[in-house]
Amino acid sequence: MSSISADHSAAAPAAAKVIQPAWVRIVHWINAVAMVLMIMSGWQIYNASPLFDFTFSRSITLGGWLGGALQWHFAAMWLLMVNGLLYLTLGLVTGRFRRKLLPITVDGVVGDTKAALTGKLSHADLTTYNYVQKLLYAGIIVVGILIVLSGLAIWKPVQLQWLTAVFGGYDVARYVHFFCMAAIVGFLVIHVALALLVPKSLRAMIIGR
Amino acid sequence: MGRMRKLLIPGVDKQLLVKDATKLMPDLSRRRFIAGGASLGALTLLTGCDVTDSFSAESMLTQISKFNDAVQAKLFNPNTLAPTFPESAITRPFPFNAYYALDDAPTIDGKDWKLEVRGLVENKKSWTLEELYKLPQEKQITRHICVEGWSAIGSWTGVRLSHFLQLIGADTKAKYCWFQCADSDGYNSPLDMASALHPQTQMTFRFDNEILPRAYGYPMKIRVPTKLGFKNPKYVVSMEVTNDYKGGYWEDQGYNSFSGS
Repeated sequence: MSSISADHSAAAPAAAKVIQPAWVRIVHWINAVAMVLMIMSGWQIYNASPLFDFTFSRSITLGGWLGGALQWHFAAMWLLMVNGLLYLTLGLVTGRFRRKLLPITVDGVVGDTKAALTGKLSHADLTTYNYVQKLLYAGIIVVGILIVLSGLAIWKPVQLQWLTAVFGGYDVARYVHFFCMAAIVGFLVIHVALALLVPKSLRAMIIGR
Repeated sequence: MGRMRKLLIPGVDKQLLVKDATKLMPDLSRRRFIAGGASLGALTLLTGCDVTDSFSAESMLTQISKFNDAVQAKLFNPNTLAPTFPESAITRPFPFNAYYALDDAPTIDGKDWKLEVRGLVENKKSWTLEELYKLPQEKQITRHICVEGWSAIGSWTGVRLSHFLQLIGADTKAKYCWFQCADSDGYNSPLDMASALHPQTQMTFRFDNEILPRAYGYPMKIRVPTKLGFKNPKYVVSMEVTNDYKGGYWEDQGYNSFSGS
């Protein structure tokens, strides 16, 4: 760690550079809590009428039974939606999305994927995302929007029937909602594993630098 | 951070700690609720939030559910119709669903049955099935959506509830129509007046053009295609027009009371 901070002070002589501004850190951790609550209660709701030939173990679900899980789900959804809207607004207004996530090129993604798989991808500069990160972070924002919209389509198939129709009807919207969850859980596994492999990135998301 | 350090006592297993804590809870269902949230307990240790008091977590969720009732009432548009479908879309066989087996469903003799009318209505006379069958009926093919997530499309024929409410001189400014049913354990459910007056809300007497079978609520069910299935009571025996929220079989156990689609 000490050698890394030495590198940094050489590159940026001013006090250590802020990698993640406060607003990003705040919405990130609120989102983390909201997502975990939504996923765990969602698994319990899924169990009441499974789409596939499996159910989730009750040891990893939230709410205890369908009614309790629905209460958690419809409470945490406010946290997820309000926080998510704040994130999208700030991301667009501050130009963070454009600066950090764009452009995403095919060559860049292919090259960085190869580098990552051969262990050659550098994490020396945390202020810039590599193309694999750009793709995953931009992709998960899209999935996050889709899971909220498909959720609304399932929740309000009469009042918001145009939205339900966009997803191909009520039953299809349930599958979309499920696969978005699966994508988020998949992302979460990789995201947490990499954050632990590169602890300074985790530190940056907690204290900002 | 100080709180977090205090909570993470070295040598103390977090899960055992939660287990010990739940032992102190008297109510079995509450215990189940907490056990389900055991991982939530681990989460609160991570975030440092204090949700250790289960009672406050439960009452917070109940408050938010009430808030969600209000949001849904605002979202409810009395002119928005539930989508309708062609005959070919009807789910066959249409699922039977209840908290008991079909064998335990109420067996009602249509000749003896009467719909009792109570509360804020001008004419409190009871209605026989024969009298109700004579009222103008219409058919709808709509999607029934269960709180569990599954859905099925059915064909229901009956009298508009709004027409019946007008007929009996109901105070349609009252807040609820409260239905009571013949199911064992006394099923009941409140329906907000705006939904009761919706043009597709129906006193149903036929399913798929046949007299309503026992499985689907003979002799009468209330079909509300703008609500989840459990807000569509079967085997209805009485209706009360009231300003009081009198609760319902599932509503009292924690299902969201408005449960609009």
